[in-house]
Amino acid sequence: MPEYDLMSDFTSPFWAWYIFIIVAGSIIWLFYLLMTQNKEKRNTDIKPTGHKWDENLEELNTPLPRWWLQLFYATNIFAVGYLILYPGLAVFDGVLGWSSVGAYNEEMEAADKKFGEQYVNYLKQDVAELAKNKDALTTGSRLFSTYCTQCHGSDAGGGPGFPNLRDGDWLYGGDVAQIKQTIATGRQAAMPGWGAVLGKDGVKNVTAYVMSLSGKKTAGDLDAGKEKFQQLCVACHGADAQGNIALGAPNLTDQTWLYGGSRRSIEKSVADGRNGRMPAFGDFLGEGKVHLLTAYVYSLSVDN
Amino acid sequence: MSLQTKTEKSVPLLIILSVIVILFGAAVEIIPLFFMKSTTQPIDGLKPYTALQLTGRDLYVREGCNTCHSQMIRPFRAETERYGHYSLASEFVYDRPFLWGSKRTGPDLHRVGGRYSNEWHRIHLINPRDVVPGSVMPGYPWLAENSVEGSNIAEKMKTLRILGVPYTDEDVAGAADQLKGKTEMDAMIAYLQHMGSTIPAVR
Repeated sequence: MPEYDLMSDFTSPFWAWYIFIIVAGSIIWLFYLLMTQNKEKRNTDIKPTGHKWDENLEELNTPLPRWWLQLFYATNIFAVGYLILYPGLAVFDGVLGWSSVGAYNEEMEAADKKFGEQYVNYLKQDVAELAKNKDALTTGSRLFSTYCTQCHGSDAGGGPGFPNLRDGDWLYGGDVAQIKQTIATGRQAAMPGWGAVLGKDGVKNVTAYVMSLSGKKTAGDLDAGKEKFQQLCVACHGADAQGNIALGAPNLTDQTWLYGGSRRSIEKSVADGRNGRMPAFGDFLGEGKVHLLTAYVYSLSVDN
Repeated sequence: MSLQTKTEKSVPLLIILSVIVILFGAAVEIIPLFFMKSTTQPIDGLKPYTALQLTGRDLYVREGCNTCHSQMIRPFRAETERYGHYSLASEFVYDRPFLWGSKRTGPDLHRVGGRYSNEWHRIHLINPRDVVPGSVMPGYPWLAENSVEGSNIAEKMKTLRILGVPYTDEDVAGAADQLKGKTEMDAMIAYLQHMGSTIPAVR
């Protein structure tokens, strides 16, 4: 962000002077009002103001209590002091040179001083090594709680459509470099829907065949399903249906089902496709945090 | 009669003079904002809402999302660490009305665009507890069932154009087409995924 300059932000300098005149004028006017309206002295005969209502209801011109009056003056003096120190008059930035963006930048610099070095140290260390470092993992788990739990769950156990990160089963690979890439640049799954190509029976047959790969039985023609599988599915899932981490195509022979392993949900995957997306966090979080998160996520599955 | 006596005895005069006194605050705090570049000119790269996004925004207002979610990230580290870059006035020049809000029951949503997948939003809007077990947000399952076809989107865009949003004739003409076959869910997600995305996701 470039340095902000109020004067050049106005379409015309007139507006800065406009603010200055109203603010300064109001303060002077209030001082004047306080002085002129306070002529009655204390402990003298209190006279009526001369206003009369309902025949004999009169208003006394009682002076303000001293402490109250002084409070009025004090607020005025405070306002003057404030406008000397802080921006408020538009034509003058204040002696302190304060701005909200400046205060924010200072806060960020202070935090960088406090934590920056630690991140630099962490960045020098191997992820496998960090995965054994308790402090690093504590920080990592907090980062995970802030940025990752909404999808992966607070226990990293995932849910339908959102991968479990503790089971040692990886769609895009569980190497340090692969986990890091997943966090930093995100992932986009691209399982097309085959409903139109296969037809209702075709979907049923392919589903039956896919379920048979992990030892489940369901109604459907396995041979016909296998034939379609060999034509349409092997490109990503492989001839042995073991999947392909380069494409994020899951292994279909194991018991891990991202969208559930029931016949219905597999039929839906086959017919409508699945397009899970892991958003990219690299630019938002920065290298240091991505590194720590990688270590934390890595530690979840190596412990198991 | 002195001015004071006159004011005490005439209600209209009292009202007029009171309004003038109160207007001093507005004159100094509000009027100059209409003459500042940072509040009136769009930030580089800011695009007007598409027909689908605009429909989503109206649904956001209809469902009262803005009563629990603010759309303004303040320049504090605690906020930018969680949400992303603090909000700038020039990001909201096409928002009528803006939905900044001042109370958060749920998190700020100004930079929610791109943070979650479309599928996440779909699940979350139907039943938030499916993805966030402790959530107190209500579900909005009807969004997935209602169509947005046949809304008066073209008229809305024409009205916004009068107010200074640079919609072209093609935008207005193609608006109804863009909503063909879309549900309220699609519109809402389109709006959410667009939110705050003009500034790249760097903090």
